[in-house]
Amino acid sequence: MSTLIEQPRYSCALGAQQTVVAIPRAVPILHSGPGCSIKISDLIGQGEAYAGGSTIPCTNSGEAEIVYGGEKRLREVIDGALQVIDADLYVVLTGCTSDIVGDDVGQITADYQVLGRPIVYAETGGFKSTNYVSHEVVVNAIIDQYVHKHNPGGHVKRRLVNIFSSVPYQDTYWNGNLEEIKRVLEGIGLFVNILFGQLSEGIEEWKTIPDAQLNIVASAWTGLGIAEHLKEKYGTPYTHFPYLPIGGKETSAFLNQVIASADFTAEEKADADAFVAREEARFYSHIERTAAFMLEFRYGTPRRFYTILDANYALGFSKFLLNELGILPERQYITDNTPEEFREGIQKQFDKISELRSAEAVFEVDGGKIHEEIRKDHNKNRALILGSGWERDLAKDIKADLLIISVPVNYRLILSCGYAGYNGGLRAIEDIYDRVLDTYR
Amino acid sequence: MTEINLHEPEVLIREIRLGSITGFEGTAGELVSCSRSGNLSESSRSFSQCMGCSSGNAFCQLSMITDAVVINHAPVGCAGDAFNFNFVYRVGQMERDLPPTIGRYFSTNLEERDTVFGAVQKLSDMVREVNERLHPNAIFITTSCASGIIGDDVEGAANELSEELGIPVVGCFCEGFKSKMWTTGFDSAYHAIVRKIVKPPEKKTNKVNIINFWGSHIFEELLLPLGYEPEYVVPFSTIKQLEHISEAAATIQICPTLGTYIGAALEQVYGVPEIKSPPAYGIAGTDKWLREIGRVLDRTEEIEALIIKEHARVIPQIEAYREKLKGKKAYITAGSAHGHALIALLSELGLEVQGAAIFHHDPIYDNGDPESDALDHVVKTYGDIPNYNVCNKQAYELVNILNRVRPDIMIARHGGMTVWGAKLGIPSLLIGDEQFGFGYQGILNYAERILETLDSREFVTNLSKHSSMPYTKWWLEQNPFSFLGGNSHVDTY
Repeated sequence: MSTLIEQPRYSCALGAQQTVVAIPRAVPILHSGPGCSIKISDLIGQGEAYAGGSTIPCTNSGEAEIVYGGEKRLREVIDGALQVIDADLYVVLTGCTSDIVGDDVGQITADYQVLGRPIVYAETGGFKSTNYVSHEVVVNAIIDQYVHKHNPGGHVKRRLVNIFSSVPYQDTYWNGNLEEIKRVLEGIGLFVNILFGQLSEGIEEWKTIPDAQLNIVASAWTGLGIAEHLKEKYGTPYTHFPYLPIGGKETSAFLNQVIASADFTAEEKADADAFVAREEARFYSHIERTAAFMLEFRYGTPRRFYTILDANYALGFSKFLLNELGILPERQYITDNTPEEFREGIQKQFDKISELRSAEAVFEVDGGKIHEEIRKDHNKNRALILGSGWERDLAKDIKADLLIISVPVNYRLILSCGYAGYNGGLRAIEDIYDRVLDTYR
Repeated sequence: MTEINLHEPEVLIREIRLGSITGFEGTAGELVSCSRSGNLSESSRSFSQCMGCSSGNAFCQLSMITDAVVINHAPVGCAGDAFNFNFVYRVGQMERDLPPTIGRYFSTNLEERDTVFGAVQKLSDMVREVNERLHPNAIFITTSCASGIIGDDVEGAANELSEELGIPVVGCFCEGFKSKMWTTGFDSAYHAIVRKIVKPPEKKTNKVNIINFWGSHIFEELLLPLGYEPEYVVPFSTIKQLEHISEAAATIQICPTLGTYIGAALEQVYGVPEIKSPPAYGIAGTDKWLREIGRVLDRTEEIEALIIKEHARVIPQIEAYREKLKGKKAYITAGSAHGHALIALLSELGLEVQGAAIFHHDPIYDNGDPESDALDHVVKTYGDIPNYNVCNKQAYELVNILNRVRPDIMIARHGGMTVWGAKLGIPSLLIGDEQFGFGYQGILNYAERILETLDSREFVTNLSKHSSMPYTKWWLEQNPFSFLGGNSHVDTY
């Protein structure tokens, strides 16, 4: 039984429109009621991008499409989109209206595919899942209905990898995170299909997905469905690093895991190890400089932390804050409606958050309830909350420092900022203590 | 005139109630004459881009009642706008010196099984849970496409829960698919409020209802000297205040697109007179509006004195601005009545309005009085407006038009539009506070901002050099109305 949600921090299945927007020169075509797309953009959009926001074609289904079916209307809008929008890939996504009424969107899309149009579809009626889940559905749909037609596999390219990590836009820092992940993977000698954002080469890059030697999932659970699918379809093995790697310790662990799975020659491995050593040395030279501040700042810095984040960030930040900054974990709230089958694995990660310590993970999507619980805690020393814009008053009331990571982010303007990797770890430290120090007069 | 029927849980949509449309191509004068002669018919687009929906507009009015909560009976994605309204709410708290508090908004999180088995029981349980958590003075339930299509009896549940919990639990029916006019959502919210919150008057007061969003408090200056007190509704009202809006001396709407339904409902049901002149934009418009206020509130002499005093103050300044703005060309995109207001403002300042993309058109308002037709007023006062396009946020049409028209400035009222002006290197301006342009002072306010915007070319020039354009070259060369179903059935006179 689903629960009440106060303070939503993710979208519905149709939220995967942003997965499409994140692919250079791709455009979603919504077969949904009016308003859906705008509400999604309201929560997880960040401007128009190439063809997001007000550009997104939509059938704006009305009473007539509900009563008589919306197939004719969808064809009209696809026809228009192909003429009006200059895109390399069109992705038809259905909303609640179409999925309840039962329009045969697969057939309609197939008609255009036969004509050689670069178009695919996915059923993403809002009630079907969260956008974390439908992100996988949409990526797999593009692979099956588009990529596979251009490249049925069988040409594995050494050292080419696909990476599945941040869910674009749901992770507000996705662009920065993916840039850093691509940087460090290239640093160890891989060719990286990043697939989304600034550094992706769009559909030409997507067409090489079947050629990868290895798939990498750097995420608590979203993305596993894609890697499994690719394993089945093309036999590509994958390695799963179960959270977002943040900072020196975790990024090195991530890269070492990838190096171990990458089938490198001895020489390649030596180069990769050297890169890791170099990056680690650079990271810790900065940490060393901050040690004096961490140990000696006399006027109070946060000593314990709550995360109110998705599993990916909650785990990544918990490990980082504890091991790199010595801040101790309070309850860790996981707000992404994690599917049941992944919860035990995530709890296990929290059980060994460091060699000495475990943390309590609470799977809860109702922000109001989370706030109530935290307010009841014995808030006697200074806390750090990693959460969303909803936590402004909570943080103020319990005199905690707040770093906004999760949507809704509205109090920050994000461009290329990211928290993944070595650089992201340094950025996180700067941002956390920027907020802490800014509280002094 | 619309007959207000408080027995029905759902308000009739604007298409049926007012004959409103979302597609038209012609001149403003043609549109007015079609509206008056009853020859207005809808033109639909075969290609369309995403629009807003009723539920967002209903939520916009319900979400800032300070002691009520809103439960959205929908999949979680429908509550994607919750934080933005929370943000607006909190900005309003700052402007009003109120202590910080977050909006209390909930989603019933409809899932696949709910669409099969129905979710009324789940809704009722959640209403109880919310009541237990917050003890609000009222609970509004807004509906969604999903809850509407599966046929949940929200009205029945709400009525039972009102009884059980001893507070108003009110259904607000705003399924997105029902209307192409997202402004129908305003009517849904007001219908819910008038139907279930407002009580019959016990006495008459000196309050004047101001139907507005969350704009600045500019009406004290006018009303207090006349012996009246503004009552801003609905955002930042309490349930108690809303109960008594039936006792007011009059209702002013800052925008009939917003307030058409509640203005008419309060007059029809409780005899609160509605100020029927178009809102006060431009000199002639403000004169007319003030005289109507004077008449309704029985303050004719004071108003005439005010008009003389204000003319003496603002007209010389406006003339100076006109000198500076002479020959400048503007294009407007905005909601219906506010678009008309912007046309008045710009015309007053001597700019040439080259055209407008206005989100919808109401040929008549719920009061049934042609006097309220702001577009008619604008055409009569300032002359016809060419390229008047009724267009519900279809960016592809807008970009095509802007690319041809190339105005000196684009002025927008809603998000997602100015970026297209800027990408083409056209200085673009969006004003959030709808009260900003109101009255005589509003003309001066706008003039100042327009000059600033025209002066600031560096940003748009630079941006346009580095912008991408998702529209095909083919499209930019087509007639902008290529996808708009033939207007041949719209007779023009």
